[in-house]
This record gives sequence, structure tokens and C-alpha cells, in this order.
Amino acid sequence: MLQDVVSVQLPINERISIKKNHFEPYSLTGDEKRICIVTGIHGDELEGQYVCYELIRRLSENGHLLKGIVDVYPSMNPLGMDSIKREMPIFDLDMNMIFPGSETGAVAEHIAAAIMNDIKGADICIDLHASNIFLREIPQVRISEETAPVLLPYAKMLNVDFIWVHSSVTVMEATLSHSLNKAGTPTLVAEMGAGMRITKSYGDQLLDGIFNLMSKMGIWSGEVKKVSHPIDSTDGNVSIVYSDASGIYIPAIKQWAGITKGDHIGDILNPLTGTVEQQIFAPCSGIVFTLREYPVVYEGSLLVRILGGC
Amino acid sequence: MTVENIFGLKSTYRDDFQISGYRFGKGEKTCCIVGAMRGNEVQQLYVCSQIIKALSAIEKKGDIAHGKQILVVPSLNPFSMNIQRRFWSVDNTDLNRMFPGNAEGKTTQRIAAGIFNVIKEYQYGIQFTSFYISGDFIPHVRMMDTEHKNIGLANLFGLPYILLRKPKPFDTATLNFNWQNSNTSAFSVYTNETEHIDEESAHTAVGAVLRFLSRMGVIKYQSHGGYMATTLEEEHLMSVHAKSGGIYRRIKQPGDEVEQGEPMAEILHPFEGTVTEEILAPANGIVFFAHKSPLVLENSVVYKIIKRLHI
Repeated sequence: MLQDVVSVQLPINERISIKKNHFEPYSLTGDEKRICIVTGIHGDELEGQYVCYELIRRLSENGHLLKGIVDVYPSMNPLGMDSIKREMPIFDLDMNMIFPGSETGAVAEHIAAAIMNDIKGADICIDLHASNIFLREIPQVRISEETAPVLLPYAKMLNVDFIWVHSSVTVMEATLSHSLNKAGTPTLVAEMGAGMRITKSYGDQLLDGIFNLMSKMGIWSGEVKKVSHPIDSTDGNVSIVYSDASGIYIPAIKQWAGITKGDHIGDILNPLTGTVEQQIFAPCSGIVFTLREYPVVYEGSLLVRILGGC
Repeated sequence: MTVENIFGLKSTYRDDFQISGYRFGKGEKTCCIVGAMRGNEVQQLYVCSQIIKALSAIEKKGDIAHGKQILVVPSLNPFSMNIQRRFWSVDNTDLNRMFPGNAEGKTTQRIAAGIFNVIKEYQYGIQFTSFYISGDFIPHVRMMDTEHKNIGLANLFGLPYILLRKPKPFDTATLNFNWQNSNTSAFSVYTNETEHIDEESAHTAVGAVLRFLSRMGVIKYQSHGGYMATTLEEEHLMSVHAKSGGIYRRIKQPGDEVEQGEPMAEILHPFEGTVTEEILAPANGIVFFAHKSPLVLENSVVYKIIKRLHI
């Protein structure tokens, strides 16, 4: 059932509406668990679109197997998605920096508050992100140390390759996930692929995980596939390599492949002078789970994240 | 006056990114003045340029106090200004959400760290900044409502209002918040404009900074006394929302007094030109903020009114 979560009139003959597709069992007992699948807070992150489509298709065709409530929100930032813009157009605001919002605040904050109110109280929420256009990520779940005791068991059900447990210091406090967790709604952030792209294989992998999680929570009674056991890690086991020069990054490694300390992981090239500005070598042994996708770099551009630590 | 590059970054396709600082006087780090951090903050750049012009003249007359040093950084983000983009030219991140920065981190964190390293030890920090919603304010001094705030000092600018803002989660990464955290008395000064130059409010802002520096004994400068400021808490400002979207016709301006029920603005049908909504003052008060864009969305905050005064 399609529902408007919040709707605001734009100046010229149009409304912006945040919509959800609501599924519930044919007969309700009142004790159903509720899961929310949220995506599209950043308008340039499209990986969640295929997941929403396929999830809704399967739920629509197999309503008799549904034992709980599923709310799917395919686009939190519809104007951004439509205009290929990461931020909320008009305000140029990162929507994931304004939660929990305010019912009496400006438009963006009002929208954020309405979204919060709609999701709050769910038994679990999954906020699906792609990376931005600059980086490519393997399917992973990111949770904070503070929420790990509650969220780690759920994260392990999601069929991702990797669970990154962040230190609390690096947690962004104005995100939807942080605000929902703070409000008592367990919320996982899943991240995969790259901005402005859809990687169907990653979507299928995560879908298996979502159905597995729904099955374990008693929301789904259909068959589920066996899921893989992800590697989980804390910040201490993750090394981040930034560029120390500006130019074009040409990687010498593949994503989700093992590397050894000292391996050549790429070069920063100068296309005008034909010189190598920087040769980059692995600071530690491990597996590359983040790899730069967009070649133009500045000093400080993130090139790779290595699970392994130094 | 000495001009120096306080931070630089190599670029492949453009001239190198450079942040210029103008230093006046010698001695202890007394006051740092920061202008445009976003690429559209033209008014903030202009105000700083006028302060640099005024301080040059003051220094030539020997009127900067012995042992006091002032640093003015007119633009922290010339790359974005030159391509008319509000945020960082490459990844659209907001530099004013990156403080105190990280010298080993991503590009904008490195820029923030590089700048903060230079400006963090000043006794007073003044930033000219802009609001994320398009609109005009009464010129005022804004401070984070933290344990480090110093309202007495904010009064020395002689602007009519001081606004206290309770920090929200995203505020903790702003320059103002981090200045305060590192024991700099930090003030954000808001003028009427952002993307265009408003001479009158720019003049007011320049005068306010020179008045502050004079009263703190940093410069010798003759000015009129300015206002005894009224201190407001942001949460006590009354928001007035548009109930519909359309073409926006502003009637009341910042600083205007309004009486309850008085028309403040109209919203017109975008095709037919008829008035679809008349926005009426919900209470007696003074307009503190007024929406500026000619178009408006439903539920936009179009005015903020000072209803309760705290002196």
C-alpha cells in the first residue's frame, strides 16, 4: 500500500512527497514485528533502488508468507535523486546531517522530523547507502561501538562481506541512523557499490540477507538462502590511505583482494607533465574493502581502506 | 601589513589552492577575523576587504596597539568562490562542518586543520558567515550558548542584538564552536546579505569590528557608541511559516515592527497571479529574519520575530 510520509508543496505546480510502500500480513494479531528499509537520503546513491524494487516485487507476489510489517522507503531525497544531486536541492543540504529534524523548523528539518516519526518504534531499520561517486565499497554494515552490542547480531544476518564497527568518536551525530538508534529504534547502515551506479550482484546479495533477517525476526515465513559469515572489525583493524599529491589515481590492485605490506597499490599521475607525482604502497597487509572509483584526486583524497590494520 | 599564504594545496587543473592572510601589528595573537568560508559568501568577503582597507590606514597612522596582532583571512575557500559554488569545489562538502579538522584526513579536513592550526590561538575570533536558508537578518552577533560564551564581550560590537544558539549536533564541527572549545572568544557576525553586496550593512559590520577592537584596546579608532545590545535566545524567536508554496511577495523587512494580525507577506499563485495566502503577524514584535527568495515552499520559515525581549 503506497503511503505519503510527508508532502510539501513546491512553488510551481508540484509537490515533493516522501513515499513508502507498506506491507502487512493478511490478518493482523497486533504483535507483528516491523522492519523499515530506507534508502536514497543521498540523491546520487542508487544501489538501494534495485533492492527496493526486488524486495517489493517479492513481497507483492508472496503476501501469504508475510508475518510481520515491512515498510519500504525507496527515496528519502526524491528531488536529489531526480536531479542527480547528493544533497537536497534548493537548500544544498546533506540530508543526513539534519536528523532528528524539527517539526516546527524549516522545510528540510520538518521533513526529517516527519521521517523520524514514521520510522520510530520499528523493531529494526536498515538504512541503505551506496558510496559516493568517489569510492567503491564491498557490501558492508557500519555500526558504532556504542550500538554494537545490540546491532551486531542483526548485522551478521544481512549477508554482507564485512561489518565495520566504528569508534564512537567518528560517529556523525546528525544522521538518520544515529538519531533513530538514540530514539531506541535499532538501525543498521548498509553500504555497497559506488555512487550513481547499481551493482545488481551486490543488491541480490543484500536481498538474501534482508529476507534472512526478516525470517529470523519472524517477519517472513518463506524460504531463505544460507548467508555468509561476515568479517567484523573495529577501527583499529582498518587502515586508510589518503593521497599526498594531486593528480590522477591509477590503481594497481583489485577490490576485496588480499595485499601484503609494501605492495604497490597505485600511482598518482600528472597528465600535463607526464610525471608520477606519488607512488603508493600498502602500509599493512590485509584486504582492500574500499577502492577509489573517481580518478581525479587532491591531497587528502581517500584512495583505499584496508581491513588488516597496522 | 604583511600578506602571507596560511594554507596551500596543489591542484592538477587549476592554480594551486591558497588561503591568504593579512597580518597587522606585531606581538600576541589578539584577534583573528575570518570572512567567506562558503563560495557564495560575497558580502562576507567584501566586509573583510573593507576591514583590511581600514586596518591598513589605521596601521599607517601607528594606531595599532604595541604588542597586539590582528590576522584577517578574507576567504577560506577561493576555489569555490571562483566557480560560484557554495561548498568545496570537488566533493561539495561544507568546510564549516570540518573543524577542528584532521591533518591526516580527507581534503577538506586537511584544509580545516591547516587553517585552525594558524587561527586557534587568538584571544578573539570573529567570523562573518551566512545562514543556510535564503534570507536577511538584522545585523547581529551570534554565539554558541556554551560554558565558554562571553556576552559582555559580544556587547562591545555595539550591534543591536546578540543571539545565543544552543549547539545542535552538526554545530560541533563549526569554526565558531571549535574556537570556543580552544579558549578563543568566538563571535559570528551576520549582516543582511550573502550573495550580493549590501553597502549599508557591510558598513555597519566594519564599524562594529573596529569598535570592538578599539574597546578592547587593540586599535585607536574614533567611532560612535553603537547600541546597547539586546540578548536573545534563538529558541525564543517566533517562526512564521508559509502555509502554501508559490511566488513570495515580502512586505515587512528585517528591523520592522509588526503588530499581531498585520500583513507581513503574500503568496501568489505562480500562474494566475492571485493572492493565495496572506501571511499575518502572529504576535507583536520586531522582524529579526525575513525570507528572501522570490519563490517559497509550503512550510518554509519566512520570518523570525522577536517576541520576548531579554536584556
